Amino acid sequence: MTVESSALYDVPGPKALARHRLYGWLALLVIAAVIGWVVYMLFHTQQFTYQKWMPFEYEGVQELLLRGLGNTLKAFGWTVLFALPFGALFAAGRLSEHRVVRWVSTLVVEFFRAMPLLVMIFFIFVALKAPAMWALVAGLTLYNGSVLAEVFRAGVLAVPKGQREAAYALGLRKTQVMAYVLVPQANRAMLPTIVSQLVVALKDTSLGFLITYEEFLHAGKLIATNLDYDLPFIPVVMVIAPVYIGMCLLLSWFAKWLERRGRRSPKVKGGAPVAPAGLTPDPQG
Amino acid sequence: MNVLTDNWSTYWHGFLGTLWLTLVSAALALALGVVVAGFRVSPVRPLRAFGTGWVTVLRNTPLTLLFFIVVLGLPRFDITLPFFTFAVLALGCYTSAFVCETLRSGVNTVPTGQGEAARSLGLTFAQTLGLVILPQAYRSVVAPLGSVMIALAKNTAIAGSFSVVELLGTYRTINELGYGIVWTFVWIALGYLILTLAISALFNLLERRVAVSR
Repeated sequence: MTVESSALYDVPGPKALARHRLYGWLALLVIAAVIGWVVYMLFHTQQFTYQKWMPFEYEGVQELLLRGLGNTLKAFGWTVLFALPFGALFAAGRLSEHRVVRWVSTLVVEFFRAMPLLVMIFFIFVALKAPAMWALVAGLTLYNGSVLAEVFRAGVLAVPKGQREAAYALGLRKTQVMAYVLVPQANRAMLPTIVSQLVVALKDTSLGFLITYEEFLHAGKLIATNLDYDLPFIPVVMVIAPVYIGMCLLLSWFAKWLERRGRRSPKVKGGAPVAPAGLTPDPQG
Repeated sequence: MNVLTDNWSTYWHGFLGTLWLTLVSAALALALGVVVAGFRVSPVRPLRAFGTGWVTVLRNTPLTLLFFIVVLGLPRFDITLPFFTFAVLALGCYTSAFVCETLRSGVNTVPTGQGEAARSLGLTFAQTLGLVILPQAYRSVVAPLGSVMIALAKNTAIAGSFSVVELLGTYRTINELGYGIVWTFVWIALGYLILTLAISALFNLLERRVAVSR
């Protein structure tokens, strides 16, 4: 283990190390006991009987699960497709020079960020009588689009002021400044945050379950409540949860990878020495 | 307007349900979050691993799935609790992962020199933590913690679909009585706005108070 420099404790000496090792074993013991209890309960309540796992052998059940997963991914795909332009539009609106456009955009973005997502989804589903999938997609788009609008706006504002000024000084129009100078630079910094927000969107597609959209969780529930299969709830969870968590985890790791790549990018690194060169005397000279 | 006045008691019960759910879940999330954050910064490796696992898994689990597991799964283990308790468990565990990350990044913003200086003055671990590190970490934690709590308040809406009395669930009762669905939702939305704005005002106040002492 490499000791991270932390404000909390010194690099441990031999005595402290021995103590930490003792705590470590105790902790392992407790964790093992908890896992053991869970496994015991799983066997005790007979979750591994053939009857409960048998349904997953049926093609119909497999198809049902795959269709559910497909519907989840479909809702996610539509959300991404709509939320990104929505975010871009309202970010542009909030950065606009026209006061009315700015106010309206701010109002929309702030409202949809403050509302619980589920309230919007239920409103669209119950009051506007939209089909379940479009209610889900519309709710997800409004919420995630608004959050993305804030991400875009913050990204554009974080580009150094000189860039904008230089672009205007070259005679570019404001649309050109935005499209050729600010957005490409902001893009690099924003990308990890955008992907993290997409993880939230992917997670929230499961809200479709609550408005009976036939997505992954819904398919799982259908199987879990089937008496013929002896109510295989725990097996269903053991199948569904890893898939859900795995998908979100992959996307999260992708975001982390993007962030790390952005940080050690040659352009960012190469930029740094240029600035001090003129200011600090060359040590060899 | 008469949608609100006619159904005042339904709305009021729903609102109180949401408020109560938020408060209890927040308490659980804060307590668990502090413990797990403690694990994640501790020098004991298994505890750190456990903390990392806890946060990674819970942050990537859809809250609906977690509700599904807790409300429908725990009874299979012969653990039967009121739905409210189940909802608090799901919300509290889920939010604790976010609280933990907020606290951890807060502790990490305190410069190493602060801890070193405290130790060289002869303060014990508890004193270092309580008198030097946490008061400084607290400042950078307040604002993000506020966002986490607002998210929690919004997430309580999910509990309504799992048999807990809360604000969003009231729409069913009122809708059955034949009131206009749009206005029903307007008042529900207003209720959530009141709650989230109150939380945000509270944390703004806290932030301002700690900012003055800097």
